[in-house]
Amino acid sequence: MSDATLPSQPIEVRFRGGGFAPKARRWVGLFVFVLLIGITEIGTRQGWISSLTLPKPSDVLATFGELWESGLLFKHLIPSLSRLAVGATIGASIGIVVGILIGLFSYVRAGMVPLVAAIFPIPKIALLPLFVIWFGIDEASKYALIAFGTFTPTVVATYGAVDNVDRSLIRMGQSFGLSWLSIVRKIVLPGAMPGILSGLRISLAIAIILLVAAEMLGAEYGIGAYILEAGSLYDLERLFAGVVILSLLGVILSTVIGFIERRILGWRA
Amino acid sequence: MDIRLDAISHSYGDTEVLRDISLDIPNGKIVCLVGPSGCGKSTLLRLIGGLERPSKGRVLQVGSPPEGCLNPLTFVFQDFALLPWRSVQGNISLVLEDHGIKGAQADAIITDVLARTKLSDFSKALPRQLSGGMKQRVAIARALAVKPAVMLMDEPLSALDSQTRELLMDDLVALWTRQFFTAAYVTHNLAEAVRLGHCIVVLSRRPGEIREIVEIDMPLADRSHGNAKLEQVQKHLWDMMRDEARAADEELLDV
Ligand SMILES: Nc1ncnc2c1ncn2[C@@H]1O[C@H](COP(=O)(O)OP(=O)(O)O)[C@@H](O)[C@H]1O
Ligand SMILES: [Mg+2]
Repeated sequence: MSDATLPSQPIEVRFRGGGFAPKARRWVGLFVFVLLIGITEIGTRQGWISSLTLPKPSDVLATFGELWESGLLFKHLIPSLSRLAVGATIGASIGIVVGILIGLFSYVRAGMVPLVAAIFPIPKIALLPLFVIWFGIDEASKYALIAFGTFTPTVVATYGAVDNVDRSLIRMGQSFGLSWLSIVRKIVLPGAMPGILSGLRISLAIAIILLVAAEMLGAEYGIGAYILEAGSLYDLERLFAGVVILSLLGVILSTVIGFIERRILGWRA
Repeated sequence: MDIRLDAISHSYGDTEVLRDISLDIPNGKIVCLVGPSGCGKSTLLRLIGGLERPSKGRVLQVGSPPEGCLNPLTFVFQDFALLPWRSVQGNISLVLEDHGIKGAQADAIITDVLARTKLSDFSKALPRQLSGGMKQRVAIARALAVKPAVMLMDEPLSALDSQTRELLMDDLVALWTRQFFTAAYVTHNLAEAVRLGHCIVVLSRRPGEIREIVEIDMPLADRSHGNAKLEQVQKHLWDMMRDEARAADEELLDV
């Protein structure tokens, strides 16, 4: 600015908008996976990652192949999946119902919210012995553990979602003389759906964690049992094969929820 | 059907919002309620529509609603209040479903009200695809679908830009001329009030009391933009409201 006498050159306005708007970048996620696995493979082959630290990805893949061929994969996977399905369905559906009741009725809210706050921070795994006493050593105690673990986050997400439904829409429903049930079914539930679904993402991830925990404490077959056995033998290839299955399971569930969101929440876009 | 307000007073806790409002809303007329912001206009409308109970006084229906009326007191809201997950058609069928009107009968009503609000081509569109003016027309169509005896309109045009507002005012005049409807129309826009109101009720600042009722004896269809007589009424209204509005504004700053 010292030579103010000279006519100053026009300067283009610096762009400072943009960002803060997530876009679909399809292949980046895959690229990150491939890169990390590629580095590990090269590292373990060339020896700058010792075989004690990490197994060779190609060996893990080979272990996976063996699992598949021996039929052991499904022997472990099917009990796990059914435990997950039963437990998570029970927990999530009771959670959604209770969450909606909390959202709709002040007395239920006053009674349940402190209770939910009290059980949320309990590590549910610590209660497994209790569940074994209550429901026996079989499947029922595993269902109960998974259901209990999915229940609390689902409740919290659901009543938060109901609270966030636009009150002006509810008042509109009342002003047109809609019945209470119609208002709940046609205004409150669809309005709470985005929040309920994003809560389910978290609940289902927690369900997978608890599945493994339950299986580690007493199951002949199941991904958790498989990982526990591999871990106690320091068989890193099999340990990682098990872990990869869990990760895949998480990715699949998250994709399914993403798909449901796109289908039934298309009105948001 | 007429609506009669019989000495209505209302308070929220210690805040007195409305004081001793007595008013008739005669059948087939549009009554505009104007007043500074915060004077209780929306509250009064909610009381009339039965969404809240007045602390004192009564809201009376005089006479019976017209034949086929599904929801005698029907609101049109400033923020449209459309369900974003339902199409235009779905938003209208929402208010029919509860009365057991479905299928062909519902389609006939929907087609009719969409035609009257010039929305026939948009029945499948979602609210987010519509402009503000179109959203409000959907809300008006939805209100017409239940054949209301009285429409309660709370600043229905205030969320729209001024061109859209002019167009919608014309639409409302056309709708009224084709088939008289009764309305309590809240606005803070005096131009709207003189354009649409058969009578204009001026409220004072909070606690809202009736300061004056101005009758405009000119058919709605003749009230063009920039009409000298209307300008005069509007100026009179503004003179009355200016001091109230200023005082109300300063009061809000103190809170
Ligand atoms: N539900 C409520 N609880 C407490 N105070 C309210 C409530 N609704 C409105 N008020 C108060 O009543 C006064 C009138 O509000 P309102 O009817 O919305 O005014 P207007 O529509 O004329 O701008 C305002 O001071 C507002 O703060
Ligand atoms: Mg208002």
